[in-house]
Parts: sequence; C-alpha cells; structure tokens
Amino acid sequence: MSGSRLRVAVLDYGAANMVSISQAFVSAGADAIVAAGPADLAGADALVVPGVGAAAPAMVHLREQGLLEPLRDWVGAGRPCLGICLGLQLLFDASDEGDGGDSPTLGLLAGRTVALQEAPTLPHIGWNSVEAVKAHPLFDGIADGSYFYFVHTFAPVPTDEGIVVARTTHGRPFVSAVASGSLYGLQFHPEKSADAGQRLLRNFLGLVAAGPGAGAAVAADEKGGGTTFAPPASEAI
Amino acid sequence: MLARRVIPCLDVANGRVVKGTKFVDLTDEGDPAELAERYAREGADEIVFLDITAAHEGRGTILDVVRRTAGRAFVPLTVGGGVRTVTEMRDVLRAGADKVSFNTAAVADPDLLTRCARKFGSQAVVCAVDARRLPAADGAPQTWEVVTHGGRRQTELEAVAWAVRAVELGAGELLVTSMDRDGTRSGFDTELLHAISSRVRVPVIASGGAAGPDDFVAAVREGGADAILAASIFHRRMHSIASVKAAMAEAGLPVRMVEEAGS
Repeated sequence: MSGSRLRVAVLDYGAANMVSISQAFVSAGADAIVAAGPADLAGADALVVPGVGAAAPAMVHLREQGLLEPLRDWVGAGRPCLGICLGLQLLFDASDEGDGGDSPTLGLLAGRTVALQEAPTLPHIGWNSVEAVKAHPLFDGIADGSYFYFVHTFAPVPTDEGIVVARTTHGRPFVSAVASGSLYGLQFHPEKSADAGQRLLRNFLGLVAAGPGAGAAVAADEKGGGTTFAPPASEAI
Repeated sequence: MLARRVIPCLDVANGRVVKGTKFVDLTDEGDPAELAERYAREGADEIVFLDITAAHEGRGTILDVVRRTAGRAFVPLTVGGGVRTVTEMRDVLRAGADKVSFNTAAVADPDLLTRCARKFGSQAVVCAVDARRLPAADGAPQTWEVVTHGGRRQTELEAVAWAVRAVELGAGELLVTSMDRDGTRSGFDTELLHAISSRVRVPVIASGGAAGPDDFVAAVREGGADAILAASIFHRRMHSIASVKAAMAEAGLPVRMVEEAGS
C-alpha cells in the first residue's frame, strides 16, 4: 500500500505554509518530503513550490539553499510541478512586488506579477469563487464557482492566455489557476480550502500518476466536447 | 465574489478551550483540536485560537495545539496571544498557523508589526484591537480606548487612530473586539466596526457580543465587517455555523455554504 503512494517534495526555503501543504498532501494520499536542498529531490514524483509573502526574499532563499537550478532543471525536464500562491507568482518572469517594484523571478512562464486592480480590500483575504476558463482535470469533480481560500495582494498576468485555467474576481478578475504541460500554478491555497482543496490535491496526484502530458492531452480533448478525465488505473509509470 | 467569513474563536488556556464573560469566570469547554476539526467540518471559514494565558503566564502548549489542529482541519488558522518577537511568530507559523494576531505586544512595541510584516508578509499579520467605549460629551463623536492584557489595562490610545496606524505599520487585517460587548450576547458594536472599517482598506473581523444570526448580518451591513468571529454561541450549540450562514445568505450576503456531512 505504502509503495504506491506518490512522493511529493515540498520545497522548504522558509515559506511559512510549507508545513500545512505537506500535511494536506499526506491527507490527500501522498508522502510529503521536506526538500531543503537539491539532494532531497531524489526519488520525488512531483515538486511543490509553496510560498507566502514577498517575491524578492523568496528568490534569495531559493538561491542560498541551492534550489534555484534544480527547480529550473526539474521544470525544464517536463516533470510535474505545482506552484501555490507566491510559488505560482515565482514561476513567471518578474514581480512588481518589492522595494524597487521590479523583482526578477524564475522565468519558467512568460508574464509578470502585478498588484490586484481595483480591489475593494487588500490584501485579498478569504474564500472566493474560482471560475473555470476551460475544463481541466485539476478541477475534476469540483463544481465551477467553488470557493477556495485566498491570501494575497499580487497575481500573475500570463503572456500566453492559453495557460489560464481559472479566474477569480476581487475588484477586477485575475488569474487564479494556470496549467502549462506538467507545470501547474494556483493563486489560492488548496491546503487551506477544506474539501474542495483536498479534492484538487487528489486531482493533481492523479495527473502526476498519469505521467507527462496528461493535463495537456485531456485539455485538448475537452475542446472537442467534454471528455471526462479518467484517473489512471495503475502506477505503471 | 469574496465571501463573508464566519470564524469560531477558541479561547485557549493551558491547552484547553475556555470561555468566560469579559475574560473572567473561565469554564472548560473541550479540546481545541477536536473542536476546530468539528467546526471546519461544519463550515467554519477559519479558526482563531486566542491563547489567553500567554500574556501573563508565559507560553505553553499553543504550538502543540496548532500542530495537532493543522494536521486534521484544512482551513486557515490564526493564533493570538503572547507572540512578542519575529522568532516566536515564525515558530507559530511553522507549527501550521497562517496568521498571528497581535494585541498587547503591538501596543507595547508597534514596530513589531512592521518587522513581522516584512518577514512574513502583511497577510500573516493581524492586529487585534480591543476597544472600550469612552464617555462622550453631548454632541461629541463617540470614541473608544484601546485596552490590553485581556481588558485589564487601559492605554492612552484611541481605537480608531490606533487601527489606522496599525495598518500603516504593516497589519494586513484587524480583529476588532468590543470589550463592552464581549461575552454579553448583546450584539456587536457596529458603530465601532463602522468607525474603523470606513477608515482602512484591510479586512476587518468583528468580535464581541454575538447573540444570533441577525448580529452577523448587522456586523456586515452596518459595521462593514468582512468577517465575523464568535465563541460561546457556537461552543454551547446555541447556533450552528450553518444556520448563521444560512441567515446571512438569506439576507443577500455572499457566504461559502458547505454540505452538512454526517449530521
């Protein structure tokens, strides 16, 4: 039984929500590895980039712990990776957040992170509805418009609209979920989003188990007319 | 659309949930982690642990309470009481909490809000404003004073001005408690809530005085609150979180409804 559990490496670079994410993945049926250095990624099936707070210090910590290049290599090789909140924002080219208003980030996805526009309250804290832009297996079994928990002030603006999976509105609509190949990003916190969050994490694990291209293939099928995502029958890969 | 949050507050003393009127006459009401999990299942949008022993008796078992809760209740957790340094805040966050609420420590050392916000982000820094009405002269606007140490000490601070300053210093959320109403079940001080929520852009959590669902609606409608916190009406099962949310939805407020599991 334990042999079939996927191993999820959660990057430990000082982000406060690392523990919560690990616990939520364990509850969703995976083994969570706390990855404080490059060596900890060996044997992992998926990588999770957590994060709460500011972009610039997060990049400094990633670099100091020698995690920057392994992370780039991991995503470059097309292996499954999930960015959560700041972890999503870090995937893009740069962020407006920071003292100089321009912090370079990982550049794995094209676009930049900007402050929420016309928000009635900031930070955007609380449960907000996530509206599907297109069907995606990440949201399999989750009703469109379901509430997820958000805590942030900034959000990414992808150059490629094609990677946008869901949007949420607080003032103006912003991107709340993206998917590009095996690279996924969520602006909300699935680890704090009760049952909907647990379901989404299980869906992510299903995509990891299905292997490379699972998300992309199903997303392409959806355009043809609503193919239901079927989780893999075995862990053959 | 952003839902208005309903937040059960668990006052914790020596690792147990307690509740009294105006922070005195405490009675034991159960295990915090167990209660938190039950509330999460019933639709709590967040859980607040207030470590009410910490300010004057030193830190105890709250980290263990957070750790045990975070492993079984997947909703946001806020811890208040007794955190005085960036390092202590880090320990609470690393135990699985999402936010830390500062009251006495922030009044004594306002820069603490800035240091913690810089380190962990404003979204993790809540400033708790415990306010008590001051006698108002005829025709003069109502004012409130800030009290600390669970209401046992007065300060020179005026509550609205302090709330505004706390946000400037780095607080990303305000937990506003009316010490006149706390534990009395006579409704929220919506005048206090409005005085503060109309002056800041960060979310305001209403606290102190909840008696029934109508009070939750009033806190939002009249007080401008983004979230409402209550303790005894939930602990003593006078109202369920679901029934409060149903009343809020009925009044046209956006709330996150959950399917009642196994009840």
